[in-house]
Amino acid sequence: MKHRTFFWFILPSALAMLLFIALPIVSVAIQSLYIEHEKVMVTVESCGPFGCSKDTHVDAEKTLALQRAEPLGRFNGLGTYLNRSHLAVGEIGAILASNSGPADIVARIYALPLYRALAFTLAYCILVTPLAMILGFFIALGINGLPHLVKGPAIFLSLLPMIITPLVGALIIYWMIDSNGIIGANLQALFHDPNLYLKASPVLTWVVLIVYGIWTNAPFSFVVFYAGLQMVPHDTLESAMVDGASRWERIHFVVIPSLAPLATFVALVQLMDNFRVFEPIVGFNASANASSLSSAIFDDLHGQNAQLFGSAAATSMLTIIGVVILLTPVLIRTWREFSRKGA
Amino acid sequence: MKHLLGASVSLAVLTLLGGTALAADCGIASGSVRILSNDFDVLKVVADGAKECAGDKVTVTANLTTQHKDLQVPALTINPAEYTVAMVANNSIAPLLNGDLIRPLDDLIAKYGQDLQPNQLIKVDGKTVAIAFDANSQHLFYRKDILDKAGVQPPKSYEDVLAAAKTIKDKGILDYPLAAADKPGWDLGAEFVNLYLGTGADFFEPGSAKLAINNENGLKTLQMMKDLTQYMPPDYLTYDANEMKATYLAGKVAMMDGWGSYAGSVIGPDSPSKDIAAETVLAAAPTFNGGSIAAASLWWDGFSIAKNISDEDATASFQAMMHAIRPEVATQHPDVAPWLIKGFKPGPAAVGVIATANGNAKPYPMLPYMGLLHTALSNEIGDFLKGSKDAQKTLDDIGAAYAAAAKEGGFLN
Repeated sequence: MKHRTFFWFILPSALAMLLFIALPIVSVAIQSLYIEHEKVMVTVESCGPFGCSKDTHVDAEKTLALQRAEPLGRFNGLGTYLNRSHLAVGEIGAILASNSGPADIVARIYALPLYRALAFTLAYCILVTPLAMILGFFIALGINGLPHLVKGPAIFLSLLPMIITPLVGALIIYWMIDSNGIIGANLQALFHDPNLYLKASPVLTWVVLIVYGIWTNAPFSFVVFYAGLQMVPHDTLESAMVDGASRWERIHFVVIPSLAPLATFVALVQLMDNFRVFEPIVGFNASANASSLSSAIFDDLHGQNAQLFGSAAATSMLTIIGVVILLTPVLIRTWREFSRKGA
Repeated sequence: MKHLLGASVSLAVLTLLGGTALAADCGIASGSVRILSNDFDVLKVVADGAKECAGDKVTVTANLTTQHKDLQVPALTINPAEYTVAMVANNSIAPLLNGDLIRPLDDLIAKYGQDLQPNQLIKVDGKTVAIAFDANSQHLFYRKDILDKAGVQPPKSYEDVLAAAKTIKDKGILDYPLAAADKPGWDLGAEFVNLYLGTGADFFEPGSAKLAINNENGLKTLQMMKDLTQYMPPDYLTYDANEMKATYLAGKVAMMDGWGSYAGSVIGPDSPSKDIAAETVLAAAPTFNGGSIAAASLWWDGFSIAKNISDEDATASFQAMMHAIRPEVATQHPDVAPWLIKGFKPGPAAVGVIATANGNAKPYPMLPYMGLLHTALSNEIGDFLKGSKDAQKTLDDIGAAYAAAAKEGGFLN
């Protein structure tokens, strides 16, 4: 394609990407460097049904005048990134300076909001992505081997977890694992332990969230791998059978290699998706035991009364950086394969 | 509700027959009334009341949503504002005041507010910024049958609650006699606020946004929250107020600190369990730490009128709201809330809130930075209840989390 043609061909989507992806990111990046103006406070008497008291209130007129003069707020540089709600540089310095051993360091760093969110987000990504892909692959293999008549219904059933809205799916399972729910009550009976509450312990909560993640992510891998299975060369498969290869050997030496490029694609998409894990934490009421970068952003924007835009923006930028770091190995791999083929 | 339904059905029929709407006589000449509100029973009654004023030249719409706090500031900032009426409470009025988004109501009250009582007026610096129509608080719900069976007296203090729970558990009547809304999020923060108010101490240093809870009172509050959890189901950290109520109605709880606003649905004629309704007693929130004040925050629900709207719409909105909270509304719906409206005679569901208010409970602070503290409390206390942090460290962390947020919000340096 000529450069000129290519330019006109790519222009509409490039414009759309600029408008809807690049510009918002720039705006968020700028926002993250600012904090709100200092509020001008006054102490006045306020009265209500329960009596009067002297309270501090914001002097709206003076504060608004400040805001109008500089709508972005006060420049804070990287202050928001470094504060306790984010990278907590000062706090970590203090922890490293005085502590009682590695266990203490880990426990105290884990108590900081961003690192706690990061711990769950990474654990979720690292466990859910491969396990969901493996599960999806085996579902694809299983359904591919089914007789034609039942294939349709089986595909439909396997896709259900993806069709259900994530939040609704999480809520349904949440009620099932409740100590009065069908799974929770049966587990209590099975283990003869009336104090077995899946929702109570941090470890079990993580297990539940990760199992939920695998359940809801597997159909995507299944769909892609199932499509890929239709493209696996029949000749190679047949010749492998003639050579006396077992089913497992055929999968290992023929099917998996031909699906490998697809696996890279699925891994990329799933990693990005899982890094933004959010709905299960809300659906499972798991905020006591698990938080993620996305739930931290949500909390900032959905505060009791005030939205912390700068804080949310900083966490968003850190999320983008996290996704880039996470995807780098996969991208490098793809690039190498691409160049090898090109050469 | 039935009455209202009947009224609106006949209204619809009349509209169909005559082609003209028959508006209730709200005295409105013309204008547009647009209500933004939280979503619970009493607010529905009020919003429906305002809708009765719709007529030829008057339109009334209402958006009742639990997301109202996220909508109100942007919706009232634009000119003309998206909503003319914002239903507010102690806490949600703060951002509207901060942004100068609501208008003083004194002129409108002088003209149309003859039915209002002085204690309904929310005044800041002498100007009326909102009109309150009901009160709310968390207070004690207990099961008389269970307490009798265990042979314990109705608790007056949180220390009594602990002792009673122990007896009930030891006698094998219930494994987990207590429930609380301890889900990190709004609920957990509110539990701390309730107990801490019971100590009589302030959250902030007077006249400043500096936090003042890192003291003996803070430690005792945390300790009591933790002591209570030993008599709750192990997954207590996932219970919000609605789930707590459901567990109570399932007969699994002997005592809880529930919301006055749902007392009506627990003991009223529509209660899902008649047996539990009959045995439920509503009492003042318990005292705490040897104090004499009920450990609960008092709330009011009310409304404000947007600043960025025409005077015509503001007048129409105020008149519609006056119609919605006229004295008959309180007589027709005595059980939906403890009304602050003139002539209201408290029904059985209002007993708890009134006893709590008479127990000198303090109002939830109407301070602009209280929401930031509430969020910090919600986020940091969970770890303490789980046992992974001690009380002192928790208070330090609350202070640090609040300071980071308050600095970003421009309240602290």
